[in-house]
This record gives sequence, C-alpha cells and structure tokens, in this order.
Amino acid sequence: MNFIPLWPPGASAYSHQIDLLVIAFTVLVVALSAPVFILLLVFIVKYRRGKEADRRHAPDRNIPLELSWTIIPFVALLGFYIWSTDLFARLYHPPADAMQIDVVAKQWMWKFQHPEGQAEINELHVPSGQPVKLTMASQDVIHSLFIPALRIKQDVVPGRYTSSWFVADKTGTYRIACSQYCGSNHSEMTGSFVVMNPADYAKWLSLSSNEVNLAAEGAALFRSRGCSGCHDPGASVRAPSLAGIYGNPVPLQSGEIVIADDQYIRDSILLPQSKVVAGYQPIMPTFQNVLSEEDVMKLVAYVKSLKQAGVTQ
Amino acid sequence: MTDVADPKLEEANVGRVGSTETVAQRVSYLRAGHSLKSWLLTTDHKRIGVLYTLSITFFFFIGAAAAALIRLDLLTPAGDLMTNEGYNRAFTVHGVVMVWFFLIPSIPNTFGNFLIPLMIGAKDLAFPKLNLLSWYIYMLAGLFTVFVLIAGGVDTGWTFYTPLSTMYANGNVILAASAVFIVGFSSILTGLNFIVTVHTLRCPGMTWGRLPLFVWSIYATSLILVLATPVLAITLVLISLERLFGLGIFNPAIGGDPLLFQHLFWFYSHPAVYIMVLPALGVVSELVAAGAHKPIFGYQFVAGSSIAIAALGFFVWGHHMFVSGQSLYASAAFSFLSIAVAIPSGVKVYNWTATLFKGHISLDPPFLFAMTFIGLFVFGGLTGLMLAMLAIDVHVHDTYFVIAHFHYIMVGGTISAFFGALHYWWPKIVGRMYSLAWGRVTAIFFFIGFNLTFFPQFLLGYLGMPRRYHVYPPEFQVLNVISTGGAAVLGVAYVMPLIYLIYSMRYGKPAPNDPWNATGLEWTTPSPPPKHNFGALPVVDRPPYDYEIEMRDEHV
Repeated sequence: MNFIPLWPPGASAYSHQIDLLVIAFTVLVVALSAPVFILLLVFIVKYRRGKEADRRHAPDRNIPLELSWTIIPFVALLGFYIWSTDLFARLYHPPADAMQIDVVAKQWMWKFQHPEGQAEINELHVPSGQPVKLTMASQDVIHSLFIPALRIKQDVVPGRYTSSWFVADKTGTYRIACSQYCGSNHSEMTGSFVVMNPADYAKWLSLSSNEVNLAAEGAALFRSRGCSGCHDPGASVRAPSLAGIYGNPVPLQSGEIVIADDQYIRDSILLPQSKVVAGYQPIMPTFQNVLSEEDVMKLVAYVKSLKQAGVTQ
Repeated sequence: MTDVADPKLEEANVGRVGSTETVAQRVSYLRAGHSLKSWLLTTDHKRIGVLYTLSITFFFFIGAAAAALIRLDLLTPAGDLMTNEGYNRAFTVHGVVMVWFFLIPSIPNTFGNFLIPLMIGAKDLAFPKLNLLSWYIYMLAGLFTVFVLIAGGVDTGWTFYTPLSTMYANGNVILAASAVFIVGFSSILTGLNFIVTVHTLRCPGMTWGRLPLFVWSIYATSLILVLATPVLAITLVLISLERLFGLGIFNPAIGGDPLLFQHLFWFYSHPAVYIMVLPALGVVSELVAAGAHKPIFGYQFVAGSSIAIAALGFFVWGHHMFVSGQSLYASAAFSFLSIAVAIPSGVKVYNWTATLFKGHISLDPPFLFAMTFIGLFVFGGLTGLMLAMLAIDVHVHDTYFVIAHFHYIMVGGTISAFFGALHYWWPKIVGRMYSLAWGRVTAIFFFIGFNLTFFPQFLLGYLGMPRRYHVYPPEFQVLNVISTGGAAVLGVAYVMPLIYLIYSMRYGKPAPNDPWNATGLEWTTPSPPPKHNFGALPVVDRPPYDYEIEMRDEHV
C-alpha cells in the first residue's frame, strides 16, 4: 500500500539516469552539510557559556582552511555539472530515426498528432522501445509539457516550435501535466501518457485509423488554401518551389542563409515578410489568422514529405 | 581616543547596572515628541525604521492570510474551498505582497534604517528626508496594492509571465504592475541612501575593514537594489503598454517574443533573491559572533562573499529558463554561473561554524534563530544547487520542489533572520527586555513548523506536482495535509512574538545598554538611543567583533 508515495515511477532509461544523478547529488548534499550540522551541535554542547573548556588560541582566521572549503566543494560540484550537462544535452539531440509526434497546447488541453494522422486529446499513446520526438506549438499562452515518468518537461511557447524526445521502455499509463501556469484551469490541463508494446501500438493505430496521414492532410490544405497556386512548379505567380527544400539551406534576400527546418517553414507561412528567399518578391500574404497551429503543422508535414518523395526541382 | 567614545568604558559605566539614569539625561528617540505628527513627519532614521517595522508587519499578515487560504484549500485534492479563479487570485496576492511588500524591504528597511547610522557612528542617514519619502512611497504602493486586491485581484501570479499577463489574464494587471512599479522607487531611494551613508558618514576609525558585517551585507544589497530595480520598472511599463495598446513586444503574432519578458523579469528577480537573503546573512553574522562571544571567523571572507554574491547574482537569471527553449549553450553557461554563486554562500556557513569553535555560547533567542537560519539556509542552498544542475532542473522545474527550495531560502532565511534581528535588537529599539523563554519557544516552533510545511513539498515536487496547482491527483493528498498542518504550527510561531514583544513594551524590565555583552557601536548608546544617537562623535580604534578582551578573564 503506497500510502505516502515518495518516488515517482520511471518509464525510460533516461528517467533512471536522472534518478541516479539525483540520488548521487543527495549524497553530496549530505556530505557537504553534515560537517556543518555535526560541528554546530558539538560546539554548542562543548562551548556553552560558563562551561569549562580549553578556549586558548581560538583562531579567527585560517587562509588554507578557508581556501580548502571554498575549492573542494567547487571541484565536486564541477564533476556533477559535467554529468548533469551531458545528460541535459541529450535532450537537444534526438536520433534521426525518431518517430515524429506533433503537440499543440491550448487553454486548457493537449492535442497530439501522430504521423499516420491519428489525433488524440489529453492522451498520448506511444510504442515502447521507439525513439519519439515531440514538436510542440502553443495556440495561446506559454504551457509546459511535463511527463514526470520520463523526467522531462519542455515549455511550449507561442510563436516558436520547441521539442523534446524520449524512448519509453516500460508499458503502462502515466500522468501528463502542464507545469507552466497558464490561466484559470491550469491545474486541470492534464492527460495520460500510455506506453504500449509495439504490437499493441500498431493495433491501437489501426483501431483509431485515419484515412489520410498528416502529410496528405497537409497536401489537401496546400491546395484548398491556395498555396499551390503560387508554389506548384507550373504556377503562374513566381514563388520558390518547395520540393526538396526541407532540411536544406535557403539563401535569403538579406544575404543570410538559413536551414529550412520546421520553424522556418512555420515562420514563412505566418510571417512571410520576415525571411524572403533571395530572388523573390515579398508578395506572399500572411496566414496568421487563417490557419490553426494544427493546420500549420500539417503543412509542414506536407513540405517535409516533398523531400521524402524525392521530387526533383 | 576620547573618553565618551570608548565603547568599553561606557559599558563599564552604565552597561551593566542599567541605563535609567542615562535615559533620563538624554531624551530617547521614542520620547522626543509624542504627537502623531512627530512620527509621520519624522526624519529620524530610527523612527522611520519603526514605521517600516509596523507597516511591514501589516503587509506580512495580509500575505500570510492568503497563504493560509491556499494551504487550507489544498487539504483536499479537489480544492473545495475556492474556485479556480479565486485560488489563482489568492496565490497572486500571496506572491506579490510577500515578495515586494515584505521580503524585499523586510530587513534593509527596518533594521538597515534603524542600525546603519548607529553601527557606523553617524547621527542619521545621508538623506533623512529622502528616507521619509521612501517610506511614504512604500505605503502608497502597499495600500494601492491592497486596493487592487479588494477591487477584484489579479490571476497572473507574481511573475506576470507574457503573453498570459498581456493578452489573456483577467483582472487588474496594469494596476498591480503599477503598484509594484511604485514600490520600486522606494527600493531605489533606500538603496541610494544606504550607499551614500556608508561611503560618507562613517565615524573616525570606522574603516572598511572594521565595518560590521551587517553593514557590509546591506551595502551589497543596496548595490543590487539600485542597479536591478530600474530593469523591473522598465519591464512593468512594457507590460502595461503591451496590454493597453497591443504594441506586440511580447506578442509573437506580430513579431514579438514572449521569452523577452522572462529575460527582463529574471534579470531583476534573480538578483532580488539576493536582496532578500544578503541582509539575512549579515544579521546572522552579527548574531553568531554575539552568541559565541567571539570575533567572526574569517571576517574578510565573510565580507567579501557578500560582494561576490551581489556581483555574481547578476549573471544567473537564465537558470529560470532551462526548459523555456533557450539554447543549449546558454543553459550550460547559466548553470555553471549558478553553481559558482553558491560557493560564497557556502563559505559563510563554514565560517559561522568555525566561529563557534572555542566560543562562549549562550542559547539566547537571537542565537537560536541564527541556528534556525543556518539549518534552513543550508538546505535551501543545496537544493538550489540541484536546480542549477540542468538535467535535474528539467524534471523539477515549476514543481513544488522549486516552491520548497525558494521558501527555504527566501522565506525561512529572511524570516528566521528577521526574527533573530528583532529579538537581538529589540532591547535597543524599545528599551525593554522581553521574555527570553518565550523567544526560545518561538524559535523552536518556527523551526519545526517550517520544516513540516515545506519539506513534504520537496517530495511533492519530485513526484511531479506542478506549482500553482489548485486541484491535484489524490495520491498527493497525505503530503499536502502534512504541509498544511505544518503551516498551522508556523502560524503560531508568527503570532507568538507579536504577543510577548508587545507585552514587553509595557511590562518588560528596562534594558541595559548592552544586554548581550556584544560589541559594536550600537551597544554603546543608551537603550533606546537618544535622538541623535551618540552624545559625542564616536571614534573606533579596534577591529570589529573584538570580544577577546572582556572574555579573557571570565572563562578560560
């Protein structure tokens, strides 16, 4: 009976590494503070006023001692700094084969979008043993996707994509929370994180099957929103072709060269005047209040697929 | 060296027999005028210190009432006491009032005002009228805040994060921001006043190397106040403009950046943590030296570490933003600097410990509060290091772990030091002794209540309970109930001094000049001091905390 829970469940190898770091650091905390607490008590008992004790030659400075209690903790902390920064850096480097799930946060719900097109609200199903990369966008205020069982958390910031990734390895259902205060119902913006074995996940996908995948939905939007009118190879208006641009450098009018990643494509749709491709006129209208974050993510998926399909320029 | 100015001589004359004759000879600052006007228009730093003490206590109990509501509401997972909206407003009240109207001004404006001229041998602060003005500004802003709360409140939390505060929040964001903007002027004026006073009004012989450590810490605090507060003011103006006119500074839809706000806000608010804790460190250095009856161990290191903390404190704000999406390299740099700033804090703790070695320790209330402080500060500081570690922070950021950590440092630290200072200098301030036994009981209640309230929150945070949570999963209930129970004990510890200290003002024994046998110029004046502090200009001819002379012949 878990009357007072003291430790959260861990659902990934990474979560166990964080636990190990925390436990080791706790040992260091005890090692650094125990001398203080023990000596304070000893001195208080031994040197009570009026009590007989040898008080001759009481020191009031000792430079080598002071330097040592400055430098030794610092060196110990540097070791932990390297350990912890190394673990943290991994969150910035998802493996290339990671499965991509899009996340849209809004007051007050989580919306998850699987690559095959399945969308779910306040529930995230993932296969175990498979790296999953989350690309997150917020429709309104700053939220923060917090999955305690994975020991990860990432703010979801309006106007930019943020990301995180994990490999869950223990099947089960865990909590999802929003940890950045986001208004009235902040504490009710919760969800379930469901880790399934790959076979069950495949079954879940087929049960909640979706006729079209994300890229296909994006392709439909691409036509219905009029993007194809300019960006298709045969279009009459002169606009850069999008085939194969994803992940590749794009020269801008300003002389800069940027990589066409998710963020660049998003910005080009919503803030088209900000990064104009060299050799083109800044004539594209903004889709700021026309498209939802989900729509933008679908379009990004479509542009990505143009690369995957190997369309020639 | 003049006769009157010799601390030891004067102590020998009047200190131990009681000071009634001296008080009769020189009218104390408390008796130099009885009318309301003589208080409201005073330029005496001691009276202004008393005015601040009264008003800060008032605001403290407003903030504490909000805290009590929050803790009561969290007794049940569903949060039955308030609505979501009501809860959000309650924690905003708690945060805004406690941070800006209690923690930041607490020790500098009360004890800094009362003690700095006394400690450096001056008649008053450099700018007495400015000092009075800064109290009026503080009161204006404080009462305005109370009005804003009555008029409907704010639900942004004290951090006012954008775009929630600029585009989505309900309530009087602009009014609340204005109140904080106004109180900033009070901070800046007080800080300037202290800096100029310490530079120009030290009495002969009071060199920088003889400055009491409390003065060093207030000096370091004042540097932060003057340098950081304007950034807060700018940030609050930007919020108001954005909310009123939709300028788009923080709005990504028109090219703004919501994270810009966090950079600006924490550039002030992280150093502000040191505004809260540095004065406490100074107080504790005084209490430890007086309690152990020994010179503080490593005076130079303790004084220097205050300045080091103030300086480094400006370069760590990014550690509030490790999960905001800032770059890996920025996070790594901020993590490193945050670890570095912990080192001078650790130095102080080790130095205090070494000070007790071969001391003559008396377990008076001020000393017990100093020990309470060290316990809470060590724990709060070391858990702060855990937050500076990037990988750990990712998990515990914005959870109750962070709440527990900053309450240990900012609240436990500031309040235990504030209580320690109150119990140490109370005889000087009112000229009466209070019940030492009740003081000891309060210190113990405070320590137990505090740990009972906030230790469970470390566990809640690691388990994954986010902060600012009105409803929570049922498995967290037991820990929340323990925390609320602890808060009740803590509440008792807050109310007890109110009773016996006020009682002492009428019924306490008259206090001698130096009831603790402490060193320092403030103990050479009568209790309470006369209007102009010293009969003759004091001259200092010995190092600070020069305890050895009087102790040598007592107990070896």
